[in-house]
Amino acid sequence: MNFICNFPFFSILISLFSGTICSVLPAKAAKVVNRVVIAAVGVMSLILLLYLLSTGESFVYWMGHFPAPWGNEIRAGVLEAGMALFFCIIMYLSMAGGAHKLYGEVVESKHNLYYILVNLLLSSLLALVYTNDMFTAYVFVEINTISACGLIMIRQVGRTIEAAVRYMIMSLLGSGLLLFGLCIMYDLTGHLLMSNMKESVSLLMASGEYQIPLIVSVALMCVGLCIKSALFPFHAWLPDAYGYSTASSAAILSSLVSKGYIFLLIKIIYRVIGFDIFNSTRIIDVLFVFGLMGMIFGSISAIRENDIRRMIAFSSVAQIGYIYMGFGMGTQAGMVASIFHILSHAATKSLLFIAAIGLTDVSGGSRKFVDLTGAAYRNKWAGAAFMAGSLSMVGVPLFSGFISKLLFSQAAVQVEGKMLASLIVLGISTVLNAIYFMKTVIRIYTPARESGYSIVTFKDMKSYGIVLICFIVLNVILGVSSQPIVDMIEQGLAMFA
Amino acid sequence: MGPNLLANYGEAVSAILFCIGFTNLLLQTNLIKKIIGLNVMDSAIYLFLAEKGYIAGRVAPIVVNGVTSTEAYINPIPSGLVLTGIVVSVSVTALMLSLTIRLYTRYHTLDLDEISAQLKKEGK
Repeated sequence: MNFICNFPFFSILISLFSGTICSVLPAKAAKVVNRVVIAAVGVMSLILLLYLLSTGESFVYWMGHFPAPWGNEIRAGVLEAGMALFFCIIMYLSMAGGAHKLYGEVVESKHNLYYILVNLLLSSLLALVYTNDMFTAYVFVEINTISACGLIMIRQVGRTIEAAVRYMIMSLLGSGLLLFGLCIMYDLTGHLLMSNMKESVSLLMASGEYQIPLIVSVALMCVGLCIKSALFPFHAWLPDAYGYSTASSAAILSSLVSKGYIFLLIKIIYRVIGFDIFNSTRIIDVLFVFGLMGMIFGSISAIRENDIRRMIAFSSVAQIGYIYMGFGMGTQAGMVASIFHILSHAATKSLLFIAAIGLTDVSGGSRKFVDLTGAAYRNKWAGAAFMAGSLSMVGVPLFSGFISKLLFSQAAVQVEGKMLASLIVLGISTVLNAIYFMKTVIRIYTPARESGYSIVTFKDMKSYGIVLICFIVLNVILGVSSQPIVDMIEQGLAMFA
Repeated sequence: MGPNLLANYGEAVSAILFCIGFTNLLLQTNLIKKIIGLNVMDSAIYLFLAEKGYIAGRVAPIVVNGVTSTEAYINPIPSGLVLTGIVVSVSVTALMLSLTIRLYTRYHTLDLDEISAQLKKEGK
């Protein structure tokens, strides 16, 4: 076996261990370790991705010395490696973009705790991406929840603690359902490894036995992961959690944590249940309807919001709705569109959160729209970045959001019965997106009457400016050269089966 | 349905307990009651697993008196899963309790709705 095949295991392990090491290091050293680890994992994922693209097939890696039905396994294909690489890029940029803000938000003595949590979060995300074992996935889902909760409450204000409690409650409900579904599935199939489960599930479906428990188990797992990734009716915790935590936390939580759960759901759909069996159930219709409702109600809540961070958070609800609408279409094209939207939303939402702190900083720390008037003139780079992110969210060509909307509409046209609903809601949602994002952009570009606020130039915050440029470039890359990425997603999905 | 339900009464009980725990975690406003609900919910799943791993007439998989035949022992994997699950649920319970203490020392109440109301009044 090639040495590169060890990389998924190494990435999980070094991020897990660096978390432990950070606990005894001073804050500055912990920060360096954190950055180095994220960069190292990113480089390893890139090498792995190139290797997988050259060989053209996925591989299974034994954890320990036991073969398939007994041992634990890691599995890597193009999609997994690509996701890991993308997660590392977003995490690195989010950490770098929010670093200067951390001193004001978190007590100095707790900085190394913050880096522990980020490292743990990275390791659990990587484990969710790579694992081939359902129970391991459950354990890392819980680790992910705990570290995400820590990232919310590291800023010690009443609001964040309350948000953390609400987040924990919803997450625990979700993981309880996931675990119960998993146990029923284990009971029916007798396996915990995804590939073995899939064989047993297709045998069960062919024999026609135990249909109801099977559907119940699939439904429980789906609902559990929907709750955890904040699909529309379960989003009550989200605006507070994203709106009041530290800037880096908000960017990481909105763009990575919920995506980790969605990626796990995709793995379950493809690798445990089987895409065709999943599509033959009524569950996809439920996901479809809730996805559509999320797209509209998320945007309406965002329009009514008067706080820029909470507005961006509500916009996440709408975007998660898009992803589930793609699942609900029940076609390969819909799935590809959803996965592309995961990438596009992650790149755009972290950009918006990081740009928003630049704007609020030059407005006396206020997040109300009234005070943000003219903020884009006081911090030109943040203003430009916020505009780029908004245009991408609305779906203007050149940016990534346009491609995902295009893919969604192309996928919708192919589905009979769901075409009209998806196209109409896509249209409405785009208009609503335009209303609240353009409202904000116009607000920050309206010259302010009194100029009591400080003006920040590029020289004052070089690293922050560079991060913003990287984010914009990432968005434009996703928007301009989308075809290779879509091909890669299709190749990855083919490897899943 | 009738005979199956009677034969699998352990699983039925665990499903009912799961629902009780789930509803408590979701609907109670008192934080401590929520945490109790969480534990009931998790324990119900462990009961389900234990029930599934047990085979009537067999003993725990610990070799005594040199009996190594697999026919003599129950399935050990569900028990292993239960142990792992217990570790997870203990850690989330500890986290929830610590958050509850934080909130209580700040707002002197365990009622989540009341805490939200106080936060709105603070207006931050």
